[in-house]
Amino acid sequence: MNIVALDQLWVYLSGHPLVSLLATLVAFIAASWLNRKMGGTPLLHPVILSIVLLIGFLLLAGIDYPTYFEGAQFIHFLLGPATVALAIPLYDHLERVRAMLVPILLACCAGIVTAVGSTIGLAALMGAAPETLLSLAPRSVTSPIAMGIAEQVGGIPSLAAGLVLLTGSVGCALGPWILRLMRITDPSVQGFTMGLAAHGFGTAHCFASIGAMAGAFAGLAMALTGLLTAFLLPLMTTLSGL
Amino acid sequence: MPLIVGMSLLLGCQFIGELLARGLAVPVPGPVLGMLVLLLALMIHGRVPTALRHSGEGLLRYLTLLFVPAGVGMMVHAQLIMADLWVIGVTLVVSTALTLAVTAKVMSWLNQRRLRRGTGT
Repeated sequence: MNIVALDQLWVYLSGHPLVSLLATLVAFIAASWLNRKMGGTPLLHPVILSIVLLIGFLLLAGIDYPTYFEGAQFIHFLLGPATVALAIPLYDHLERVRAMLVPILLACCAGIVTAVGSTIGLAALMGAAPETLLSLAPRSVTSPIAMGIAEQVGGIPSLAAGLVLLTGSVGCALGPWILRLMRITDPSVQGFTMGLAAHGFGTAHCFASIGAMAGAFAGLAMALTGLLTAFLLPLMTTLSGL
Repeated sequence: MPLIVGMSLLLGCQFIGELLARGLAVPVPGPVLGMLVLLLALMIHGRVPTALRHSGEGLLRYLTLLFVPAGVGMMVHAQLIMADLWVIGVTLVVSTALTLAVTAKVMSWLNQRRLRRGTGT
């Protein structure tokens, strides 16, 4: 029997989609475990941790991003149907949404205008590159929608996705502190605020540490913000002449 | 089978969404329109089919995992990020704090006004 040299075997395997798919899942499991060990701190979010682990692994193994993505695209593809699935929690809370429609819509518009306006304003003021600026703009929207928007307005989708993830962890770290400072105790307001500013991360955080009511409102805010920003942002960038 | 039925429903809505986005040339991602299509369908149908709930909530439970492949793409843009590191950092922190504060303020103010006007409305 002929035993193939290990390095040859690795050359064959490292280009195989199986390796990146497996590495992504294993990194996510390891990151979730590490985060639990550290007491679930939002500063070391499992997603950020998995990305760091994976980038380290790819650099060490000498695999470039296009090769990695050939395998990881199977996970990435599910973002589309997951975005569609956001209609389910939205439908579940339709009654409450109808009752609070005006405060919800106005707060959502105010939040989006603040998020997009202050982001574009601050970044432009400090002289960011145009691609960075346009990739930063949709950062408070959940990733699948943000990537679509970034593509529409001329940003870089994968950079936008990364910035969205960073925003999520910043929001989880700052949110509870700011809400306490402003003496906001109503869980529906807490949840809605976290979902608007920190999308999926904020939603997960609400379910875990505030309660089901806050979680439901965070999910609603996430879906609504994604939807409204998709319509509002191309309009705002056109108006500001970018 | 429920998993397949639910998945087909989600992908079907996404497909209709893509068709609408391309066909009408609206600047909105296809899956977002697909979400609207599904919401409309649920409102007409009057309840969430069990199969759809299973696959939909299953996907949403692991939503964070789905971000990972795109996030790893940051390695390609390391130079762009490094060049604007301070701008990105300051913008993220300040703008997120502002967004949180404004949203919470507006919503709690409007909500209190709504409650003061009485529960009859």
